[in-house]
Amino acid sequence: MTGEIGELALCLSLALSLVMTASGFAGTRAEAAVARSVANGAANGLLVFVALAFGALVYASIVSDFSLLNVAQNSHTLKPLIYKISGVWGNHEGSMLLWVLVLAIYSAAIAASKRGGARLTSAALGVQGLLALAFLAFILLTSNPFVRLDPPPFEGAGLNPLLQDFGLAVHPPMLYAGYVGLSATFAYAAAALIIKERDWARAARPFMLTAWIALTLGIALGSWWAYYELGWGGFWFWDPVENASLMPWLVATALLHSALATERTGAFRSWTLLLAIASFSLSLIGTFLVRSGVLSSVHSFANDPERGVFILAMIVGAIGGALALFAWRAPSLQSGASFEPASRETALLLNNVFLAAAAATVFVGTLYPLALDALTGTKISVGPPYFAITFAPIFIALLVLVPFGPRLSWRKGDLVASFRLLAPALGIALVVAIAILAFTAPRTLFGAGAFAVAAWLIASSIVDLRARGSQALKTRALASMLAHAGLGVTLLGVAGTTLWRSEALEVLGPGETTAIAGYTLRFDGVKAVKGPNYDAARATITVLADGRTIAVMHPEKRIYPAEGQDTVETAIRTTVISDLYLALGDEREKGRWVVRAYVNPLAPLIWLGALVMALGGFAALWSHVRITRASDVAVAEPAE
Amino acid sequence: MRQLLLALLFLAAVAPAQGLPAPDTLSNPVEEARARHLQKELRCLVCQGESLDESNASLAVDLRRLIRARIEAGDSDDAIKDFLVSRYGDFILMQPRFETHTYALWLTPFGVLILGAGIATWVVIQAKRRQQGRDRGRP
Repeated sequence: MTGEIGELALCLSLALSLVMTASGFAGTRAEAAVARSVANGAANGLLVFVALAFGALVYASIVSDFSLLNVAQNSHTLKPLIYKISGVWGNHEGSMLLWVLVLAIYSAAIAASKRGGARLTSAALGVQGLLALAFLAFILLTSNPFVRLDPPPFEGAGLNPLLQDFGLAVHPPMLYAGYVGLSATFAYAAAALIIKERDWARAARPFMLTAWIALTLGIALGSWWAYYELGWGGFWFWDPVENASLMPWLVATALLHSALATERTGAFRSWTLLLAIASFSLSLIGTFLVRSGVLSSVHSFANDPERGVFILAMIVGAIGGALALFAWRAPSLQSGASFEPASRETALLLNNVFLAAAAATVFVGTLYPLALDALTGTKISVGPPYFAITFAPIFIALLVLVPFGPRLSWRKGDLVASFRLLAPALGIALVVAIAILAFTAPRTLFGAGAFAVAAWLIASSIVDLRARGSQALKTRALASMLAHAGLGVTLLGVAGTTLWRSEALEVLGPGETTAIAGYTLRFDGVKAVKGPNYDAARATITVLADGRTIAVMHPEKRIYPAEGQDTVETAIRTTVISDLYLALGDEREKGRWVVRAYVNPLAPLIWLGALVMALGGFAALWSHVRITRASDVAVAEPAE
Repeated sequence: MRQLLLALLFLAAVAPAQGLPAPDTLSNPVEEARARHLQKELRCLVCQGESLDESNASLAVDLRRLIRARIEAGDSDDAIKDFLVSRYGDFILMQPRFETHTYALWLTPFGVLILGAGIATWVVIQAKRRQQGRDRGRP
């Protein structure tokens, strides 16, 4: 029954998305108030039915209804409840359904907020309806999660054990909240082009911020997961799947900044529209890269092209349609901005130049090997060294300039005064650089530079905030100060681990010891432990410093019989300024195991920084909502 | 069932040991450091996305041994890379070489940066001109 309810709900959702599209676009005419209320109703109805379909799939997974092919392929009765639920979005069909659910949530939020006036809202709902229509058709035609299996198997095939983890249970919904959140910005931008509305950015800002916060947290969660689950002690691998989430983040960050200028002074109006289109396009491309199988091999995509071709067609349709609309309408919205070379506008422009170059770097680094293989058959690898040479300098240069932005006034800023005010932060950065060069090894200019830039970002945020006069000004600046300081905190973590990481790789038998970065590790043997759906080899390793025991750690190696795979469960002891990281390898001889140990100085700051950035996003969201509410009361819009 | 699981666990435990340079470490620390550095710049051909340094695949173990044998034989880093490329193709290099079919890859990042800087300069000049016009327009 559950399957039928789910499928029926999906079909009704498809019909409602069609209604939402038609009535949304019809509602752009000033007199079509009826169409607008239909579009609103359709948005709410869409949310109800998509949620029903999603709920049906979650329920089927919880009760292990293996008569559904999707559940049989991806679940198992022994799986803990949380992974039965998160397993729903651990596979292709379910994750596409989650995608549409998030889209429906944003659509209902747009309908409820009515920001930017009734006509803009209506057009935005039309665009959202079109996206929902395309994705629902995609699900029903190529990726239906409610396909039946007859006869149902006795047991399910289980979920990839790497995904049976808390980090990966929450990472996809967070990332989708970001990816799909950009659809709302995209919808407002397209709506603005359709009805020739100049002031759309203010209406879209809460959605923009929400999406950015979710993307920031989603990427950080993914990186944290890779760090503790893969067992290599690394936090970012420049893997295409990671890159697919970084590209929309870079462009969305550029968009947040450019939209600020558009909102305040009307500058860069068409550029902001273009960024809104680009950021969602990159979300779609990211979805395509991850979901079509094109990454594992260009040829696997060609062998089973149905899904890939469908998503490709959607991307071409969405991007092509939006760009055509842009080319047609944007010139009529353009207004020449006027400002001095030393101004907030110039700073935001530079921010966008660097972020665009950084995004372009990730884009070619990710897609070039695919394109080259498809076109010429030549296989190349684009690995971390490429990004270290290209992305890193571009991004570091951007970070150096960051603190000047908030200090410069709109239209006409005072660069000399900014320098003078930020001088103490510059001093702190120099002291940090000299200290790093003098007291730490290895002595590299890169290391000193990275720490100096991190110190510069954090110190200048504090200096700047202290210099703001009134409490109200401080509150308004808090968002950017937190976000910029967060970048500095993350950079501290990246630089610390990259420069000072120690590693030890030993085969240890019971009672044997090895030393790493001032710690002595004593291997006390391995015990077999049984988990709910896995068997583990659990090591006991005693950590000693100066002859005293400071911790007992238990890295594990798990075998999941249902899935026939094994995973590494690292043991991490963190002091916030440093991580001691242990992973258990294979058994070499009887009782002697491979033990991999890392000391990663400052590593936790990488994710702490992302959290601080997200807090900055929340602060911006909070102050934006407060300010718009206040001004809405002041200039109440005339009733329809 | 339980016995089966234990048997599986046992099988996994006695499966051929993989992925560790420990017994193959070079005694000369400078040469070992060179080998570790090279390993990080070469891709494992079996498990994509990992370097030879990280991979557990048996091919990666063989290649780690091969790198060390070549270093001991006195080959330079570049000679070792050239040899591996001739055997496995460009795919094994984590950092693609700068050659005809990678010009676009290497030049795009800085090309976009320069192009963007050019456009930004033009926009700022235009905005400055308008600003002067406004200032002059004011009484």
